Amino acid sequence: MRCSYSCRSIEHVLSRRSFLGGLAAGFGAAAGFAGRPMGALAADLQRGGYQILMIYLAGGSSQLETWDPKPGTATGGPFRAIETSVPGVRISELLPKTAQQMHHLSLFRGLNTSEDDHGKGHYLMHTGRRQAPGVEHPHLGSLAARFLAPERDPLPGYIHITPGGGGFSGKDAAFLGPKYGALTLGNGNPPVNADRPGSIGEAEDLARHQLRMRLDRRFDTRRRTAETEAYTATYDQALQLMERRDVFDVTKEPTRDQDRYGSHDLGRHCLLARRLLEAGATFVKVTHSNYDTHNENFDFHLEQVGEFDVSFSALIADLAERGMLDRTLVIVNSEFGRTPNINQYYGRDHWSKAWSVALAGAGIKRGSVVGATNENGTEVVDGEAHGEALFHTYLRAIGIDPVIDEFSVNGRAFQIADPAFYPIEDLLA
Amino acid sequence: MRRPRSDDPPAPAPAPAPAPEPAPDPSAGCGADPAQAHVSRELPHDRPLICCAFDPTGRFVFAGSEDLTVRRWDLEAESPSAVPFAGHESWVFDLACSPDGATLLSVGGDGRLIWWCASANEPSPCRTIQAHEGWARSVAISPDGSLAASAGNDRTVKLWSMADGSLVHCLSEGHDKPIYAVAFHPNGRSLISADLQGRIIDWDASCGEQRRRFDASALYSYNAGQQVDYGGVRDLAFSPDGDRLACGGLVNGSNPLGAVNDTAVLLFDWEKRTEPALLKGKGDLKGVAWGVRFHPDGFLAVASGGSGGGHLLFYHPGETEEFHRFSLPNTARGLDLHPDGLHLATAHHDGKLRITLMRPQPE
Repeated sequence: MRCSYSCRSIEHVLSRRSFLGGLAAGFGAAAGFAGRPMGALAADLQRGGYQILMIYLAGGSSQLETWDPKPGTATGGPFRAIETSVPGVRISELLPKTAQQMHHLSLFRGLNTSEDDHGKGHYLMHTGRRQAPGVEHPHLGSLAARFLAPERDPLPGYIHITPGGGGFSGKDAAFLGPKYGALTLGNGNPPVNADRPGSIGEAEDLARHQLRMRLDRRFDTRRRTAETEAYTATYDQALQLMERRDVFDVTKEPTRDQDRYGSHDLGRHCLLARRLLEAGATFVKVTHSNYDTHNENFDFHLEQVGEFDVSFSALIADLAERGMLDRTLVIVNSEFGRTPNINQYYGRDHWSKAWSVALAGAGIKRGSVVGATNENGTEVVDGEAHGEALFHTYLRAIGIDPVIDEFSVNGRAFQIADPAFYPIEDLLA
Repeated sequence: MRRPRSDDPPAPAPAPAPAPEPAPDPSAGCGADPAQAHVSRELPHDRPLICCAFDPTGRFVFAGSEDLTVRRWDLEAESPSAVPFAGHESWVFDLACSPDGATLLSVGGDGRLIWWCASANEPSPCRTIQAHEGWARSVAISPDGSLAASAGNDRTVKLWSMADGSLVHCLSEGHDKPIYAVAFHPNGRSLISADLQGRIIDWDASCGEQRRRFDASALYSYNAGQQVDYGGVRDLAFSPDGDRLACGGLVNGSNPLGAVNDTAVLLFDWEKRTEPALLKGKGDLKGVAWGVRFHPDGFLAVASGGSGGGHLLFYHPGETEEFHRFSLPNTARGLDLHPDGLHLATAHHDGKLRITLMRPQPE
């Protein structure tokens, strides 16, 4: 479907035909549009030095207790709305510090994802696609690792900081290949075994790596696959990580900053995200749990959004102050919002028909609000767009035009975003 | 913070109230029979209710609502309307009436403590105090009517002069988590506060010093999987002679975000400091004990609400199993006992204030 934000340019129309007909090169030459082949695109993107920070509010955060409050209505709950640094823009009183950073943010209040299932909502908000049996699409983090990260990046292209366990998984990369998967820093801890075992000397360590590399090369000459490539790349990256293991040590940050970000896990994780982005990490995702508040929504949001407000506001302020916001796309999202209706347990249930996300940084307008819901927040009344369109917007913001740029893996073309949708132009700078 | 002085200028007094009827003697046996409990009246409002309180004269019943108002019904009227008390900018979480019935106090999510003339025809705030940062969750008035206590998410308990609204004590050293409930001991000398973690503090109401602590942490849990604190003391009540303290809440919070927990009450012996008794609903009733009240006849009434529905549970002294359960048509969120000892009020999510009579239904 074409959303009202699509620019309807001749380039888009032609490009759509090109995708459908496989005639991209011919049309591109004829119309003179900016569609770039993979090589040129990769060079452009790496010159841009774009980075992405995603703060994922797991479980489905309430738009009414964050970005789109409706105080004094039947659905509004007990919290009030407060003024922000952008005149006329009001957000929940649970976000007093974030309100002071509003001039860096854009709110999108017109999101209708029509997906109330946790797993499917998560998939949509990370891949820009509806989940379908037998088809896997790469997550935004894996796309960033593949197309934004420098070829010899010493840091993994996709780092995920989350409560719980850590490790490396190639699952999010789908057909891009496992080496573009996520390195998860469980509880914000550095990758395990980042130190050379004390029982092995430096010379011994070097010798065993050289032996491994010789064996890898011999194997690769006849049986190279995506898996063996990932295996080799993982070892190479692990060696580089061991050299730079301090990058993961958030205790190296000044005590003052540790205090500013908050003593809770999210504070530590957001400060680690800043540290990683400063060190050049391409994509950092921070997960904050848990917003799935079917029961006592307001008590739990008070606790969770309170933590988020402290850490997120400090992070946005720092990115802006250090000049990093111009090249870093910041996304605050979730799998869906929560029902305007307040249930008998003081809870809110899953709601995807009318909810909000916050964006900031690279390619995004600042201090703006796009889209609107009705008086009690039950439906979008202006600027409705879907999750797929939001994904297009992310890509456009970092210099990728998902409609006309070309992508291929192992020689096979693919569409980086759902071709039936377009970016939300009003969010783009 | 300071005590009021005798040479302070007089504060604006609350609007005069009609002389209240004398309160019935709570110690007199009233013939209540919980086994005969039935809903005798439903007082409707169009928005969910949160808490409720009778006035000590027994004429009015009040409820705090999600529509940011307090509502009052006149129990002497045949079809009373829900008279609005508008003054909060957030939900109204708790109510307390002065012993003479003239003054009603309310607290809410706006942190305000509001004085009202309980019987005013067109109620408006007599005095509004920004009492707490964040939610003010609980309010109580001392038995002699001279002091009010409030508490909230800012982890402080505050004592106020009922006469002029001045701050008498700010008790900020004691709780590390939001405070959910406050209550005065019937002797008037002790003020009790209880929080999310189940920490209960006995304060000397005259000087604000901590006397001792009680541990109700059995009503609290931290769920590592969901990363949430959960539970706490949702309501407090003393027995009429002050020898027992009941703390309403929940246990077995296996899924806090999904309302999977069991109704529970911890019952403390005020003097003996023995381990508290744990009272639960038969069959691991799912819900929260949102309200607890001792009856002058000695039994304890508990209002339970949650995924197991709405119920009134009744416990004899010294027993941990309910002797009777009366099921309500909707989840219950608040409880109070009428001064006649025969009626219980419950506040409900469906907007109804239900009056349950503990006597046989008329033929």
